[in-house]
Amino acid sequence: MNARPDAPLLALRELGRDFDVSRPWLNRVLERAPRRLLKAVDGVSCDIRRGETLALVGESGCGKSTVARLIVGLHTPSRGHIEFDGVKLSTGGEDTARARRRMQMIFQDPYASLNPRWRVARIVAEPLRAQGQPAGKQAVSARVAELLQQVGLSPEDGDKYPHEFSGGQRQRICIARALSTHPEFLVCDEPTSALDVSVQAQILNLMKDLQERMGLTYLFISHNLAVVAYIASRIGVMYLGRLVELADAGTLFVQPRHPYTRMLLDALPDLDMSGRPRTPVAGEVPNPLEPPAGCAFHPRCPHANDRCRVERPELRDWQAGSPVACHAVEESRLPS
Amino acid sequence: MPEPAPLLEVRNLRVEFPTRRGTLVAVDGVSFAIARGEVLGVVGESGAGKSLTGMAVIGLLEQPGRIAAGEIRLAGERIDNLPAEALRRIRGRRIGAIFQDPLTSLNPLYTIGQQLVETIRTHLPVSGPQARQRAIALLAEAGIPAPEHRIDQYPHQFSGGMRQRVVIALALCAEPELIIADEPTTALDVSIQAQIIGLIKRVCREHGAAVMLITHDMGVIAETADRVAVMYAGRLAEIGPAREVIHAPQHPYTAGLMSSIPKLGQGRPRLAQIDGAMPRLNAIPSGCAYHPRCPRQFARCAVERPDLMPAGGSRAACWLHAHERSA
Repeated sequence: MNARPDAPLLALRELGRDFDVSRPWLNRVLERAPRRLLKAVDGVSCDIRRGETLALVGESGCGKSTVARLIVGLHTPSRGHIEFDGVKLSTGGEDTARARRRMQMIFQDPYASLNPRWRVARIVAEPLRAQGQPAGKQAVSARVAELLQQVGLSPEDGDKYPHEFSGGQRQRICIARALSTHPEFLVCDEPTSALDVSVQAQILNLMKDLQERMGLTYLFISHNLAVVAYIASRIGVMYLGRLVELADAGTLFVQPRHPYTRMLLDALPDLDMSGRPRTPVAGEVPNPLEPPAGCAFHPRCPHANDRCRVERPELRDWQAGSPVACHAVEESRLPS
Repeated sequence: MPEPAPLLEVRNLRVEFPTRRGTLVAVDGVSFAIARGEVLGVVGESGAGKSLTGMAVIGLLEQPGRIAAGEIRLAGERIDNLPAEALRRIRGRRIGAIFQDPLTSLNPLYTIGQQLVETIRTHLPVSGPQARQRAIALLAEAGIPAPEHRIDQYPHQFSGGMRQRVVIALALCAEPELIIADEPTTALDVSIQAQIIGLIKRVCREHGAAVMLITHDMGVIAETADRVAVMYAGRLAEIGPAREVIHAPQHPYTAGLMSSIPKLGQGRPRLAQIDGAMPRLNAIPSGCAYHPRCPRQFARCAVERPDLMPAGGSRAACWLHAHERSA
């Protein structure tokens, strides 16, 4: 156990993950094609403090889900490392296994992540069995009943099958399953994206209540800035595998600094119909196999100059303020 | 008062699915009209019947679903009882469709150009080269860079946002009077979504086409629609001008829906949530379908089904407004 309570619970250090998307070996030999690597995550460093909710936002393919999967060990890092409560996570090793038992994950699709042939009680109790926590039959069913009640279902629901539940109720089952082994840290990968808004509100409120009651720490992955504004205490914005801005939730929406963050905020539909003036959004995310040189955002950035086209910006606190990876911010070239 | 001679008029539409265990009513007594050049947003959560309503209008209900009652008129002429062949000619020519997933709307084995030219020549009396010229013009209008080059590419060579632009170009081929857009931006990232919304709005304005925009996203509605219809459990809960419905919702369901949407910069109060879930089609509650979840229900709601009645700036199917009608 790490004794310092102010130390971050989770630390990512220059984390990177490549995927090999080369053609098959024979094609490479015959066509003399080189290996091709897709850098899904590239040099991501940040801390997650105890009890907070850090959200990662970005568009499809920005690497946010890959970060989530790296943390829980569904992928192994290609570069860099992850520390959980002072323990450096690696493949194998008793320390790593013990640390990973303290984290759980909730997935996006509550239809695909529950075994349709198992009763809910068995689904919820599975992590208990998998982690070999000693418990009698009676203790397990008491724990399952308690969990189901914690997420707003009734103990009798344990005898049903997943298909008897709606999407929102299924996501509650997923949350109960994730909580069964008393984890401290939950990785939530788009947990409400597959749900209707009224149900989404139920799940977001439930997650907030559970966090308060159990002192949980969340990593919350989402593409929806409004959802993130509601649930997160800090927000990291990702673009093409890199973290471009990291700020408190309050600051990010009031004073976005990176031009990409500003563009994302401008793209949000305006529910107030206030007719606020907005910069039209231009362009699309480039092909991640051939990311632009320099700052990956420069082809779409209205403030790009020659330096942006060649030199990659690092995530730093320029002047006072939250860390941002942008030459224009560093040189104070941005209009505020 | 309804506008004079609406382009699309749907009256008491009822869509049924006969099953072994009885008939499910997926759309129940839905009436609305869309004027030329108007965007009607149809919102609701999964299972509200919004997509089925759109499918019924273009005559693409999947078996065994069928229109059991009501009528659909396009420019005054009934189209719900037309033979399949006649309906096929209207579809594409007078009604265009844009669906959620652009990849399933495009044939992966043909180039974009082949698909556009085929559609244009099916509906319009033009030669091959003329059709190709028109296809290039349409792609340019849909915001595809270098259309004369990209027209000979296959769907897989386009990104998601670009594919949706191609589908919009395809829907515009024959200058349809009505466009049904079913979740056109749901599969897209926010930055692309904003561009596609802008495109649909512009196209509607420039061509004077009426648009039925089906979506679950109130933000998209606020950006695009002139009027909004809110559906719940196969019925219309509320219909009215977008500004009224969004800012002063009259039906408790609309109000609940609006306050459960997380918004930027509202501080961080707790989200209002609607408890429970949309009823299943085999267990639609008596009276008002929303009454078991409604915070303002009273005795009448459970027994008598409300029709749309004037409520504030819109019309809502809710007994809370019954006095306004008698007054």
